[in-house]
Amino acid sequence: MSLLNIFDIAGSGMTAQSQRLNAVASNIANAESTVTSDGTAYRAKLVEFMTVQVGDTKAASGVKVSRVLEDNSPLKKIYNPAHPQADQLGYVSMPNVNVVEEMVNMMSASRSYQNNVDSMNVAKSMLIKTLTLGQ
Amino acid sequence: MTVKLDSSLGFYENALRLTSKRQEVLASNIANSDTPNYKARDFDFKTAMMNAMNASSMPTAVEMTQINPLHLDAGSFSAGKYTVLRKSKQNSQDGNTVDIDVERAAFTENALRYESAISFENSEIKNLTMVLQG
Repeated sequence: MSLLNIFDIAGSGMTAQSQRLNAVASNIANAESTVTSDGTAYRAKLVEFMTVQVGDTKAASGVKVSRVLEDNSPLKKIYNPAHPQADQLGYVSMPNVNVVEEMVNMMSASRSYQNNVDSMNVAKSMLIKTLTLGQ
Repeated sequence: MTVKLDSSLGFYENALRLTSKRQEVLASNIANSDTPNYKARDFDFKTAMMNAMNASSMPTAVEMTQINPLHLDAGSFSAGKYTVLRKSKQNSQDGNTVDIDVERAAFTENALRYESAISFENSEIKNLTMVLQG
């Protein structure tokens, strides 16, 4: 039944987008974190999307987060000798989180999430219509 | 007069089955609107519908059970056979060809087609019951 597959497809999209939103939230929350568990400054987290087969058809596919990557761009250095994490020259490594980029990412993730919710709602109303057939 | 139930309701059956398949393909485009290198797909509804109608109008068309996955499908339609790649109007850098506005429009249109097919089938059923009850 292909209409029921839409629930799986849209559900996978919602899960993936909320994981992306989670990464964005973590990046924004840690935009100023100079120390993580391994002693270095926080690096921005990125999620990678991959298609995944749903049901038995190859034509339609869902989406999943295949892995969470760390942004390898260089850390920002700011001069602040009074900071406890400052090096010998007085520079502190700040996270490589770009807050503007994260906000854009957040809006995109939230819109995509809404699109998936809508497609699930449409599939639901189609199924309900089908159940009233012949009445 | 022989009322051919299958010929009067079979059209709607095929239409509903194919529109729900197309809806699935469009839902997967929406879900993958951010997946790198994903190519937007669509369903060749016209060809699929014509083939389905030809298959069901043949007098020898019988339901066959598939006992081995390697056997060919008789008469049934797999969505994969009719999927076509959609051309993107604006290319994106990550190789994704999903235009979300196009997909949403097609999704809504297809849902309406499905619901109208249901309405037509409902009135067909009402007509038939009226004839049966006299």
